[in-house]
Amino acid sequence: MRYVTVFFIGALFGLGIVISGMGNPAKVLNFFDLAGTFDPSLIFVMAGALSVAVPGYAVIFRRRQKPVFGETFVLPKAKLIDRKLVGGSAVFGIGWGIAGFCPGAAIPALGLGHSSALIFVAAMLVGIFVARFLSQADFFAAPAKPTPVSKT
Amino acid sequence: MTEFTPLMSFAGGLLIGLSAVTLMLFWGRIAGMTAILGGILPPLDRDWAWKATFLAGAVLAPAALALSGVKVEFETPVPLAALIVGGIVTGIGVTFGSGCTSGHGICGLARFSKRSAVATLTFMAFAFLTTFVIRHIFGGF
Repeated sequence: MRYVTVFFIGALFGLGIVISGMGNPAKVLNFFDLAGTFDPSLIFVMAGALSVAVPGYAVIFRRRQKPVFGETFVLPKAKLIDRKLVGGSAVFGIGWGIAGFCPGAAIPALGLGHSSALIFVAAMLVGIFVARFLSQADFFAAPAKPTPVSKT
Repeated sequence: MTEFTPLMSFAGGLLIGLSAVTLMLFWGRIAGMTAILGGILPPLDRDWAWKATFLAGAVLAPAALALSGVKVEFETPVPLAALIVGGIVTGIGVTFGSGCTSGHGICGLARFSKRSAVATLTFMAFAFLTTFVIRHIFGGF
């Protein structure tokens, strides 16, 4: 039963993406093209989603101590706004502007059977593994500082 | 040109919002595609099963829609190389940025997370900038 609900929740997500136009890279890139073939539709996607999610989350967190299936609400604990968050988001924005797909749009677009979505998703998986490898190698860690000399 | 579709876009947005709210209500989880997709890649998350089921729904519902004969507008206006480069760059960015449009842009904003607000403003700004540079400085693909 738990898994039936999450299947339908995923289905809602996928339908929302393709109905909204978010899954169509031409529409997404036109949204970003303020100086050209601007199509403001995607503002309405965000407005529609937030008009449900903002009050929905507020009611859930006020009325319930835990979800229907499970013991706690699993929410991100990170609070820090760091280089990783901002840099990663900037890189994602560049990728989004190049191809016109974001991850949440490309996955439902796979279901429509277009090869471009498949190619994008395959490339994105490569990118995810590259990023994981770079994180493990501590590629972006600050250069080692000399050990402070103890003055005591 | 793509047609301006405020009603369909708003309606689709409502469904995305409903998905985010029901996932929180039933499973207590954020509907963020980066984390959900990342969770079914090796090494598998311990709770990969719900993530895989969510993804199955997210792919099969549009497939059912397409198979039932509903025409879904879809056009890829960029060449193969842009899909590949854009895909790799996107995968790197969302992994370091811990989220994408669904996780930060919808779920994060809906719970008033400062991190998500910064992430959303950043990736939107860079997407607008990138499209401008590609289409109006380099003359497009």
